[in-house]
Amino acid sequence: MKAFVPIAVVVAMLATVPAFLHSNVVLNFLVVTLMIALAGQGWNILGGYGGQYSFGHAAFFGTGAYVTAILQMRYGVNAWLGFAAGIAAGAVIGAIVGGLAFRAGLRSSYFALVTLAFAEVLRILASVAPITGAGVGILLKLDLGTRSFQFQSRAIFYLVILALVAVALVIARLLERSRFGAWLIAVRENEDAAMALGVDAFAVKLGAMIISAAITAAAGCFYVQYFLFIDAGIGYGSWISIEALLTPIIGGTGTVFGALLGALVVKSLGEGAKLITGDIPGLDLMIYGAVLILVIRFAPRGLVGAVTDAYDYLRPAAQKRAVEAAHG
Amino acid sequence: MLSPLILLSAVINGLMTGAVYALVALGLTLIYGVLHIINFAHGALLSAALFAAFLAWQKLGLDPYIAAFALAPLFFALGYALQRFVIGPASHADDRNMLLVTLGLAVLIENGLLYEFHADTRTVELAYGFKSIDLGFTFVAVSRLISFVAVFAVALVLWLIMTLTDTGKAIRAVAREKLGAELSGIEVAHIYAVTFGLGTACVAIAACLLIPNYYANPSAGNAFVLIAFTIVVLGGMGSVPGALIGGLVIGVVESLGGFFFGESLGQVGIFLIFIVVLLVRPRGLFGASA
Repeated sequence: MKAFVPIAVVVAMLATVPAFLHSNVVLNFLVVTLMIALAGQGWNILGGYGGQYSFGHAAFFGTGAYVTAILQMRYGVNAWLGFAAGIAAGAVIGAIVGGLAFRAGLRSSYFALVTLAFAEVLRILASVAPITGAGVGILLKLDLGTRSFQFQSRAIFYLVILALVAVALVIARLLERSRFGAWLIAVRENEDAAMALGVDAFAVKLGAMIISAAITAAAGCFYVQYFLFIDAGIGYGSWISIEALLTPIIGGTGTVFGALLGALVVKSLGEGAKLITGDIPGLDLMIYGAVLILVIRFAPRGLVGAVTDAYDYLRPAAQKRAVEAAHG
Repeated sequence: MLSPLILLSAVINGLMTGAVYALVALGLTLIYGVLHIINFAHGALLSAALFAAFLAWQKLGLDPYIAAFALAPLFFALGYALQRFVIGPASHADDRNMLLVTLGLAVLIENGLLYEFHADTRTVELAYGFKSIDLGFTFVAVSRLISFVAVFAVALVLWLIMTLTDTGKAIRAVAREKLGAELSGIEVAHIYAVTFGLGTACVAIAACLLIPNYYANPSAGNAFVLIAFTIVVLGGMGSVPGALIGGLVIGVVESLGGFFFGESLGQVGIFLIFIVVLLVRPRGLFGASA
């Protein structure tokens, strides 16, 4: 249980935020940040722990969002069921993309390309197919209530997305402690060596892809419930593929809290820039691009890595001082 | 009934477009062949070059075909500097980092353009913009014919650089065997940067050839670069003849696909080719075994 204490502490602290922060603007910002953290945590399972860098996680985000919206609006399915179906659909798309790409043995650049291509194909299809509302998109009917998963209060949405993030954090921790996680990390470090030791690299990568896709799809399902709108550019656009990989890389890939930390930092920078110069299109993404390059240049293990490095660097000095003090 | 002449004119149209695709792909494949990474900033650099060509025409009154001679060296320098001072040092010799840095550059450049020029679309108007040659059954725009010829001229120049100059030999040596090249005194970081510069110069020339019929817009380059990825994968990553032939093939496929199934589904056709080639034969049709 000890391993889950940090997660419990962080989530409990975040859960108290709505008690003293009532500003809708701030809550909205935090909801969006946590949603990106969730999408990023999905990417982190495959990219961070598994070393497979996807450039097309929009494929899962958009699928989750569209399935949730289509089931509700076209088939009258209950919103909670739609939400669950959206996550499952994301996992299925993950299984298809992963099954094809890993069976073909695609790695590195090639894997990045094929994921990007799948997201683009889905984007184009969603922008012409009638069931997705083509170029217009889908607008969800406003129907406040717990049954329809729509809440007047931002605070409730905040707690919902926080709960989803908490689940994703626990999944990452469980992964770290499981045999499956050890295999996955072995594949990341050296796929050929892992296979020589009897790890079924294909199955391990495929499993990670499915979990990863399901988590990112959950972020898409949440998006639709929160904004009540989805179109091809939002659902399958490159912005979400970029933000999903940006957050764990900036926070620290292959760490439990990397995506959450990255999302908080990245979104704060973006909002901060908007506050200073006004809402000029392109500015926030420009900053993201620059931060991505700077972090890879100067802190390749992300902020979590930089903090641990600093801690390791400082600790011996503190111990030395303690020893000297003890000896007078 | 479909007349074969209509089909033929669609094919000719596709070949003209395909030539410019080929030039964009040539830059991409050159970089892949030597650095072994996919340059995700290629599309953003193309957008930047389109704006450069537009500004050269608007502010200096330069004809795009003349501006090409100035923009090619300028973008060569830009590409050289990007690889030497940004991508190289930031990626710590790790492929995955290199991918991410080029992606970061793409986001930075594209949104920098959006910030500076907004999402408006800008076009260049030339006196000969609408001139075309009558082939009897179809018309071919003069500007597109010029670009078709120019692309092959650029490919020839590149080939000459690669075979005749010492730098070209060094580039080929690094592509073949990096460590061996380094041991024989070739400065790999310099060669990487030169290659990246050459790839970026291709993009600048492609932009100058495109702008008379096309437009400048912060995300204009992306449409081309996804197609260029397809071409590079189809032709075999790192293969120059593959990029040329792949470009022409994709141009024709798009033109015929658009003709039969409509514009946006024609694009899906390209992506499907892309995914199928990646999955079935990632070496491409002309690529050497990995």
